[in-house]
Amino acid sequence: MDTFVQQLINGLTIGSIYALIALGYTMVYGILRLINFAHGDIYMVGAYAGFLLATLVFNSEPSIFAFVIVLLGSMAIAAAIGMAIERFAYRPVRKYSRMTTLITAIGMSLFIEYLFVFIFSGTPRSFPQLIQNDNYTIFGSATISASQMLIFAVSILLMITLQYIIFKTKIGKAMRAVSFNINSAKLMGINTDFVIAFTFAIGSALAAAGGVLTAQYNPKIEPLMGIIIGLKAFVAAVLGGIGNIPGAVLGGLLIGAAETLVVGYGNSIGIPSTYRDAVAFAILILVLLIRPAGLLGTNVQEKV
Amino acid sequence: MLTLENVSVSYGAIEALTDISLTVNQGEVVTLIGANGAGKTTTLRTITGLLEPKNGRVVYEGKTISGMATHRLVPMGIAMSPEGRGVFANLSVRENLEMGAYIRNDKKGIADDMERAFTLFPRMKEREQQKAGTLSGGEQQMLAMGRALMSRPRLLLLDEPSLGLAPLVVHSIFEAIDEIRSEGTTILLVEQNANAALQHSDRAYVMETGRIVMEGDSKQLAADPRVKEAYLGE
Repeated sequence: MDTFVQQLINGLTIGSIYALIALGYTMVYGILRLINFAHGDIYMVGAYAGFLLATLVFNSEPSIFAFVIVLLGSMAIAAAIGMAIERFAYRPVRKYSRMTTLITAIGMSLFIEYLFVFIFSGTPRSFPQLIQNDNYTIFGSATISASQMLIFAVSILLMITLQYIIFKTKIGKAMRAVSFNINSAKLMGINTDFVIAFTFAIGSALAAAGGVLTAQYNPKIEPLMGIIIGLKAFVAAVLGGIGNIPGAVLGGLLIGAAETLVVGYGNSIGIPSTYRDAVAFAILILVLLIRPAGLLGTNVQEKV
Repeated sequence: MLTLENVSVSYGAIEALTDISLTVNQGEVVTLIGANGAGKTTTLRTITGLLEPKNGRVVYEGKTISGMATHRLVPMGIAMSPEGRGVFANLSVRENLEMGAYIRNDKKGIADDMERAFTLFPRMKEREQQKAGTLSGGEQQMLAMGRALMSRPRLLLLDEPSLGLAPLVVHSIFEAIDEIRSEGTTILLVEQNANAALQHSDRAYVMETGRIVMEGDSKQLAADPRVKEAYLGE
């Protein structure tokens, strides 16, 4: 029982990170019907932006203040980079087929990865510890670290903020309008290019937050760190129902929990813990066989 | 107020509009009638910048607007209720109306205009918090028109407002058009229901396969034997 609680805590930690990244996939898909394959790399870019801020600007004792500055700074940098990618790579090809944009996204992903290998080399770096990472005992014998608590707290805060933006603000309502019918949105006087850029900015900022948070939990960062986690976050988005925001969060948490449980208990039911990375994809295949639109997805209507 | 000067539009190699010229004067209700595929919707889409003319230009209040981004026309006083209504099904009725007022920031004025929309279409008031996707076709049409009015347009473009609606609902849609007009809004109305369109307009253009084939006073056109035979089913 104790190990179960422990595995669950660990699973929901990584699941929260998947959820933060999955939100960006699902929002961009919702608005452009584009799978932004470069999104996982934005998570990496966020981690590096945080790394640079943390090493260049701060060289002091760990403090929550330093963490907040690094977090917000890296979110802002990633938002700017996300908007730049949209503006210079995706917008010019948007008028062609969706396949063109998709291939552009794959190219953009490889470009970012190897640009970072070129600049920072492929050697992993160690992200400075910005908070005192003490362990706390909860539920008897399960432990939770300060960095894990930080991941939960920040993720929940960001998700509530996102929910507020999407449902209560003018730009959020415009995002929902654009995702439903872009031409009608234009007829309302909505600058749809701006709304799309804003969507990329938000998604990228969330991914960067995921990068900085993960780096507090597991400080090793390297330029290809976004590939597998990006893929799993994408799976999480599809699992929850791509285009559906609560679905992305649910999918992320489910996949995070499932894979740590496999590591913890898989051996006893004949699934080696090395299958950890395969779990997400196995769940995806199973769910899509039963619910092709994902767990919370409604029937996907193809836009004409 | 609005002039199309020798406008031609192509979808790839296919010419959809050939040399269209038309004028809408301040305060008028002008209708564009014709069969399915005659180019009526294409004409409206060209005016609102969703399509770009290959030749010719669109002039609004003395300014060339062809080639301008659609969203920039709304602050200039143009609004459209598009073909198929185009309501945001995932937004509530109220949120749809808020989107219609997207370019405005005067909270008081927006609230007043929302009340005005509810007076014009009382059904909207009852359904205020409902998702637009749950509305009937007629209600969605009313919402699309109410939403277009929320930007306080000087020129309102209506694309097939009566399409697919029951006769009783068609009647109330045209009553609303009369009401909107009486408040001083200029209207360009695209319709397949030539009978009602001619009754509720000042002037009319008849389109066939991408060209304007007839134009004139609505009452005279309604009495024209060719129009009667081809469009009024007499």
